Amino acid sequence: MLQLTADEKAILNSKIGSAGDNMALNIVVKAAEMLGASRLVDITSSHIDGCLYHGDSGVLFCETLAKNGAKTKVPTTTNVGALNLIKTNQARLSSEKLQMAQRLMDAHVNMGCTPSWTCAPYQIGARPKRGEQVAWGESNAVAFANTVLGARTNRYGDFLDIACAISGKAPYYGLHCSKNRRAEILLDVTGLPKEVKEEDTFFPVLGSLIGRLAGVSICAVSGITNIVSEDQLKALCAAAASTGAVGLVHIIGITPEAIDLEHAFDNQRPRTILSIDMDMMKEAFHKLSQTKQEGSIDCVALGSPHFSISECKQLLEASEEKNFKVPVYVCTNRHTVQALKAENIYTKLEKLGVIFIVDTCVVVTPILPGTGGIMMTNSAKFAHYSSGNTGYRPIFGSLVDCIKSAQNGCATLNYGPWK
Amino acid sequence: MSWTGQVLYSGNAKGEVLRLDAPISFWGGVNPENAEIILENHPQRGEKITNKILVVPEPIGSSSSAAILLELLYSKIAPKGLILGTNQDAILPISVLVSEQMGWATIPIIALENPAFKSGEALEINSDGTISLYLS
Repeated sequence: MLQLTADEKAILNSKIGSAGDNMALNIVVKAAEMLGASRLVDITSSHIDGCLYHGDSGVLFCETLAKNGAKTKVPTTTNVGALNLIKTNQARLSSEKLQMAQRLMDAHVNMGCTPSWTCAPYQIGARPKRGEQVAWGESNAVAFANTVLGARTNRYGDFLDIACAISGKAPYYGLHCSKNRRAEILLDVTGLPKEVKEEDTFFPVLGSLIGRLAGVSICAVSGITNIVSEDQLKALCAAAASTGAVGLVHIIGITPEAIDLEHAFDNQRPRTILSIDMDMMKEAFHKLSQTKQEGSIDCVALGSPHFSISECKQLLEASEEKNFKVPVYVCTNRHTVQALKAENIYTKLEKLGVIFIVDTCVVVTPILPGTGGIMMTNSAKFAHYSSGNTGYRPIFGSLVDCIKSAQNGCATLNYGPWK
Repeated sequence: MSWTGQVLYSGNAKGEVLRLDAPISFWGGVNPENAEIILENHPQRGEKITNKILVVPEPIGSSSSAAILLELLYSKIAPKGLILGTNQDAILPISVLVSEQMGWATIPIIALENPAFKSGEALEINSDGTISLYLS
């Protein structure tokens, strides 16, 4: 049975709070009942997935909340929308849909959301600490918050995310509770060669394998002992959350609550132990390409999750001032763009042939020209979603492969250990 | 024959079963404008879920699926009821909660482990969570 506090009851009875507060808490409470939660839990932040336009109903819902006085009670960031608000002509939507997408984004800002429009809020300062209870949407952000930051969130989605942000509360179940965070499956990469683990592509490839092996179970990964960058962890989390319903991976030695196997498994034995070998990794690498890994390409897409400042710097450096023959779409957020402009990197990249996609990305809204083509990418998430969402078939490779391919106009892969 | 599931959202419905033969994410899998299954290579691609008792043995996929179901409810082209194989996925039920708050259509949602219903069977869902076959 769900136990509610006096304040929660008062909001439900419209004794305190606005009509919007009442609507939002009603949704959170009924969801909690459905999920069998015993109570609600206070949250300290929220990240909203529901600002991407899918139809008029979602717009009307958010506008009704806003009109009824709903305001977010905790710091709340927004995920990508369907528009680049800085260059509004980038999304090829009808004028009616453009208008509705804009109204949806406006309603979120009116409710007090920070207009961050990014799928990587953790790159722009939204970084809950270990043990903090939050309600985040966007699968990669959820996996990153749980895995890398040690915060606690379930995989929130459209409508429940904003309802939690307005209520400042979430149903206490799933990954909010310690007992549900224990790892069940152990994936051991100890046997993989050291130089493979230092490859750029190791992380998205391992992530996509984790997603397929884990499904809805919680995995621990042991055997990563080298120094790992945040961009690499971002790629791993995004990949795992694309191929499976992964909300948390215990990377032993990296995930704050998984300093060792005993902590990750809470002193219990793994249900399954799987040793990851090179054959499994090679198969996962090649699976990320959905067309032959040669021949001409139509574009390069980078930045799912949104490209960071350091990734933009790597792109500039590795390009060695050699222009691109095909468009290189770099998807990122307005904060990163600001920093790039301040360091004069933005113009240099544009001169090489980069097209910046800001506030949104090329797979969530129609931006890429025509109805299909070949896309080269270093993102496992783009590789997973691009065919279905854009008609562009992906070829997966490292950032350097992407740069060389853009400069040659055709897929140029140095397979390295993946041959 | 009758079964009793867990009521996720209460209501009455009577109609023909459409059982998803392969998992689907509503986002990317169902066209919000006409309720048609559009997932490439899905065995039921081209079928419409409107007015069916939709049996979803394995709910999967994107959290944006809630937005697609809400759009179907708002446009009055939603299924008549949902029978889900699990009670641990709130994504689809959330849309009915939102639809209720907006004063739009609501449909019963029942969680029932290993639902054995086949496409074409006629089912009745009652507000207490009992499900029974009837001759159409």
